[in-house]
Amino acid sequence: MGGATMTTFLIRRVLQSIVVLFFVTLITLWLVHLVPGGPVVALVGVRATPAQLAYYNHLYGFDRPIWVQYWRWVSQFAQGNFGYSLKNNQSVASEIQQYLPKTLLLVGLGLVVSLAFGIPLGIYQAVKRYTVGDYALTWVSFLGYATPTFFVGLMLIEWFSLKIPLFPSQAPQGTTVGQILSQPRALVLPVFCFAFVAYALWSRYMRSSVMDNLVQDYVRTARAKGASERRVLWGHVFRNSLITIVTLLGLSIPTLVAGAIFVEVVFNYPGMGLQFYMAAQNVDFQTLMGFTVIATLATILGNLLADVGYAVLDPRVRY
Amino acid sequence: MSLLTPPPEPPSVGAPPEGAPDGTLTSAEAADLGLAPAAKPRSMLRRGWEVFAENKLALVSLGVLLFMVAFCFIGPLIYPTDQVHTNLSDYLCHPSASHPLGCDDLGYDQLGRLMVGGQTSLEVGFAAALVAVLIGTLYGAFAGFVGGTVDSFLMRVVDAGLSIPYIMVVIILSVIFHPNTTVMIFVIAVFYWFAVARLVRGETLTLRTREYVQAVKVLGGRKGRAITRHVLPNAVGTIIVQGTFAVADAILILAGLGFLGLGVSAPATDWGSMLSGGLQYLQSAQDYWWLIYPPGICIIVTCIAINFIGDALRDAFETRLQRR
Repeated sequence: MGGATMTTFLIRRVLQSIVVLFFVTLITLWLVHLVPGGPVVALVGVRATPAQLAYYNHLYGFDRPIWVQYWRWVSQFAQGNFGYSLKNNQSVASEIQQYLPKTLLLVGLGLVVSLAFGIPLGIYQAVKRYTVGDYALTWVSFLGYATPTFFVGLMLIEWFSLKIPLFPSQAPQGTTVGQILSQPRALVLPVFCFAFVAYALWSRYMRSSVMDNLVQDYVRTARAKGASERRVLWGHVFRNSLITIVTLLGLSIPTLVAGAIFVEVVFNYPGMGLQFYMAAQNVDFQTLMGFTVIATLATILGNLLADVGYAVLDPRVRY
Repeated sequence: MSLLTPPPEPPSVGAPPEGAPDGTLTSAEAADLGLAPAAKPRSMLRRGWEVFAENKLALVSLGVLLFMVAFCFIGPLIYPTDQVHTNLSDYLCHPSASHPLGCDDLGYDQLGRLMVGGQTSLEVGFAAALVAVLIGTLYGAFAGFVGGTVDSFLMRVVDAGLSIPYIMVVIILSVIFHPNTTVMIFVIAVFYWFAVARLVRGETLTLRTREYVQAVKVLGGRKGRAITRHVLPNAVGTIIVQGTFAVADAILILAGLGFLGLGVSAPATDWGSMLSGGLQYLQSAQDYWWLIYPPGICIIVTCIAINFIGDALRDAFETRLQRR
């Protein structure tokens, strides 16, 4: 791909993301306005008196035209002001600062474990397709798709903590990442719960990706040139299949968010997911909205990186 | 791509081998080869059903799904229980002749509760999938057919809808609306259709450029004929398959919301809410297995069955095309 084409593609893709960002903020603002009583109730809570409501309505400009509100809201976000949680008496930005690293730790460890199982087993399934081993692993990943994350967590606690007391049933507690890491035994169950769900995803995609690549012309060429099966698999197919996984990582943020919420709730892991759940229980819209916008930004960025990464890694891609 | 739907490529477990293994021809193949006098051409649905029926796992799954539906909707007629009034004298009673699966912490008979909860889960699952597929299909097909600037505008909206993590927006909507069963259908569908729209739009774009659709144009056929005779029948397969997976997704999402305490309000319940109720007794000294395993297994079995059916439907629609 020529440099000019790549630049054009990048510019177009970034512009697209900006348009998406515009629509996302509109949708989020619409969500805030869906709250019965309007955004002011979302801010000060359902127990506020009419006088308080009127006061804050004016103070925060919710009585102004909608485009003024929109501009205000967006510019506040751009300045890192994601709202203020009256329920926690803490700014949403500082909540994120406090909980995001711990969630990233959980997701990161879960990803490493799930990829460590998912990629090799996916390749195994593709190479030994339609054998007993393939069918058995297919069942495992179907189980991964059909089992709610929280039920996986419940089963892990029931069997590996209560019936066979190997690990603590509660996730590590602590305010810093270091404190969490200092209790590795307590991390095992949450990380494996997270990994099981993600495993189904990677192994499935790896299997189909390797199977797709195995019938490509370049594989036939490599075989015709006398390359060994090992070389065909690891030198050619594996590397090309990995591109799919790299792309998928960028696209999988919504799935990872869902996994993090349920795992953190089941194991009482002190991260963003648990905080989000508690905000839902407390009807704390500021936290709910702030976290959602942050996760949405991460998703848009992930999609962008996936596309760019795909273009960079796969020289066949032309735009 | 939705949250929970398996990737589209892999064939199902137990996929039928191509053609008859012993080298003999089935009657369908014989007909296709012109060896037998061709009878009246069989309808698309019939051919699809034949391929589907060859897949034993899919047939079993269909049976399981029908059983679950019968269990939830006909079961209460055979096994009537009071699922409205609490009965604290039956608090967490053990399984016995009068309560085959025991009772929960409000004294509801657990077997009867499974049926009532299953009604909610299945109703919401199917209805939410239907709503999402209808909206998504219309939107996606429109975008695909119109193309150009309108298409890219409409698709940026879809991109935006898909960028907001689905679980978060569903949780927020549940907090806002305190949904009952009907509202829950829309809470689940209102952001799910984006995924369907993107898929149908892609399918429409591909089908528009297929040779057989182009051929209609070259032969002087009307555009309407190309759409009704060629594009729609071929897109229907994708839409139905996607709709099937959407049912499983919706059931899982509802279960998740129920688990988070954001499901339908009492005395109504669903399988996820039942699990949520059982969680607090997990650590107690007594083993209240009936609070956790029955609803969990119901969710898993139903969703696996639906996934297998979806897989077989995909094979059926694809194979039908190959055999034509």
